[in-house]
Amino acid sequence: MLSRTADHLYWMARYTERAENLARLLDVTHQMSLVPQSVTAENQNWGAILALNSLETAFAKTYDEVNAENVLRFMVSDPSNPTSIYGCLRAARENAHAVRGTLTAETWESTNATWIEMREQKFEQIRSAGVDQFFDWVKLRSAVTRGVTFGTMLQDEALHFIRLGGLLERGDNTARILDVKYHVLHTHGDEGTTDFYQWGALLRSLSAFEVYRKVYRDIITPARVAELLMLRVDMPRSLHACTGGIVRVLEAIRNSQSAETERCAGVLYAHIHYARIDDVLAQGLHEYLTDFMDRIYDLGEGISRDFLVPAISMR
Amino acid sequence: MSTTFYNEMYDAAGALRPHYCAYADWLAATPPERIARKRAEADIAFHRVGITFAVYGDESAQENGKERLIPFDIIPRVIPSAEWQALQAGLSQRVKALNAFLNDIYHEQEILQAGIVPREQVLNNAQFRPEMMGIDVPSGIYAHIAGVDLVRADSDGKSGEFFVLEDNLRVPSGVSYMIEDRKMMMRLFPELFSRHKVAPVQHYPDMLLENLRTVAPAGVVDPTVVLLTPGAYNSAYFEHTFLAQQMGIELVEGRDLFVKDETVYMRTTQGPQRVDVIYRRLDDDFLDPLAFRKDSMLGVPGLLTAYRAGHVTLANAIGTGVADDKSIYPYVPEMVRFYLGEESLLNNVPTYTLRKPDDLKYALEHLPELVVKEVHGAGGYGMLVGPASTRKEIENFRARIVAAPEKYIAQPTLALSNCPTFVDDEKFGGIAPRHLDLRPFVLSGKNIDMVPGGLTRVALREGSLVVNSSQGGGTKDTWVLES
Repeated sequence: MLSRTADHLYWMARYTERAENLARLLDVTHQMSLVPQSVTAENQNWGAILALNSLETAFAKTYDEVNAENVLRFMVSDPSNPTSIYGCLRAARENAHAVRGTLTAETWESTNATWIEMREQKFEQIRSAGVDQFFDWVKLRSAVTRGVTFGTMLQDEALHFIRLGGLLERGDNTARILDVKYHVLHTHGDEGTTDFYQWGALLRSLSAFEVYRKVYRDIITPARVAELLMLRVDMPRSLHACTGGIVRVLEAIRNSQSAETERCAGVLYAHIHYARIDDVLAQGLHEYLTDFMDRIYDLGEGISRDFLVPAISMR
Repeated sequence: MSTTFYNEMYDAAGALRPHYCAYADWLAATPPERIARKRAEADIAFHRVGITFAVYGDESAQENGKERLIPFDIIPRVIPSAEWQALQAGLSQRVKALNAFLNDIYHEQEILQAGIVPREQVLNNAQFRPEMMGIDVPSGIYAHIAGVDLVRADSDGKSGEFFVLEDNLRVPSGVSYMIEDRKMMMRLFPELFSRHKVAPVQHYPDMLLENLRTVAPAGVVDPTVVLLTPGAYNSAYFEHTFLAQQMGIELVEGRDLFVKDETVYMRTTQGPQRVDVIYRRLDDDFLDPLAFRKDSMLGVPGLLTAYRAGHVTLANAIGTGVADDKSIYPYVPEMVRFYLGEESLLNNVPTYTLRKPDDLKYALEHLPELVVKEVHGAGGYGMLVGPASTRKEIENFRARIVAAPEKYIAQPTLALSNCPTFVDDEKFGGIAPRHLDLRPFVLSGKNIDMVPGGLTRVALREGSLVVNSSQGGGTKDTWVLES
């Protein structure tokens, strides 16, 4: 496969996944904001989203105040913000457009249709219809695209690079969501009913609420939430599941220069595979997740270098 | 030339032509609401599939991601079997002669020595590539894919004669619309295809791939064929992706290829892979920055050296533009005579070459009746349609001609045939006659092949004779009926 084609497929998948996870992150923040709390605390939560994506400076160029309205507008449909849901869906579509011949008609049409619908929604409409409806739409579109992709595409190299991009982004994004929310909940939580709703919102945003009930059959505790989202191999959005997938894909696409990247992925996988949640929490969850995100970043660099480099990256 | 128009569906007395009877029955029996619904459905489907094109210079549309849709009309253009047989023979003959001409001018130049085509017309032509002199290309084929534009008009008492308007031998496009239009018609109105025996066209990509494989460099057993595109912002990008996908070959951009030891490779995730045949949809000028335009970011440095060494085939070959140039066009019937010893089966449109003083004089005296075209123009840009122009437009154009007559040719305004077409503009909604042309795609390799029919383009504006999509033209499905 052409390196440039692989690059576009990989980034198409990353941006599709990133849009979905952004919706998840904004959704949980929105849900949490519905629980009574001080305005300062609420605005801090919205500010944390900007910090998580290193977007404080870009945000401050157009907006005065960090509040729900402004952050939502900036992260949902501001075309000047490439990391907005709008920006991600546009980038996903542009990457797909560049290699549409490699995609099945269904995969291309789904990606294209998502972008066309996104383009036609004004923020005011989204706001008045309810942002949660919009987030559901983003998640649904992502699910449809993923469904037709895995349901129609030949299981060859093209699909491997799509899978790789999706897994890398998802692992990174789950770590980010957990990092920012765990911190907020654990330091400000009152351990009462409020807390239950807050943790519930976090789990729901990662489609993990029912999963939690099924796995633990017990009350929601922070440690278990962290364990579920990080270490459970059977939880599809967990760090464990994502890194395991990355290792398998790298094995399948192996070339003469990818041995080091494969080794790093194996090390990261083992690091999570053999981890215990008590040790992770003792070491400090934030430190652990930061280290994980750094290693994912390095893996991304390695993948670009080994497979995608001759092309001009679309990132 | 007469001022009445040949109608594809009705004869001069207003009676249905036999090959349209079954369709007309169906149309009369189908409720208008169903037709309206189906037309809307076609629009949505074309948008969703992304069968769109970008218009040159229309950057705002690009910015919004709003590529334009080429309008599709649901009334097909029907060609009876016998008519197609005659056309096919004429097209084969013409393309064969054009390839022989290209082979000749890049080798012995016998036709120039014989004085049939003026030497300076060829050698001073901007499209003539001296780099091609003496290079042998596989099977002597230069124009592997030719898109010959035909129009139909009443002429000298003969009804509905076909004329060749131009021979597109560089990178003719539109074949994807031919295939998508058929797919759309079959999806919208499957019942029509049980009433008519319509010759299939969807196997075009297979035919093209087979053709490209047969012209691989000598000694290559299982050639790797790629399609070279200028990129996602080219107006025909949809077609490039479509054809690459249908043929199962890589769609490459210049930056995906490199030349090492006079051999072309593509960069893949598993390292460099050799390329044997390049179906290029990039103009000569942009192919190789080392040989042609230095500022081209789209080409492949060193491609010409690999080509000259015979290590890669380009389809079409470099330098085919000299044969489809409008100043060479008047000589094609003589080429047929010279190379094949036959009389040309297809008509040429009488053409005034304005570099000739007599022709110039005539043209300047008759501008309101003539169509004037730039010799190197394409896409309907830079032309004057006399009868459809204001006096001011004609005078402006006159000044341009006088300043550089050698840049122009003139032809009588043909009374292009028309065909009933759905139109919806402010004044009128319904079925009305609109002018059309036909572009069959002729493939040359070991043999000459073509699928029956081609792309029918229709000028949607009332009275307009310009069918180019960039000028508001639409398309129709083209049916060649099997006898």
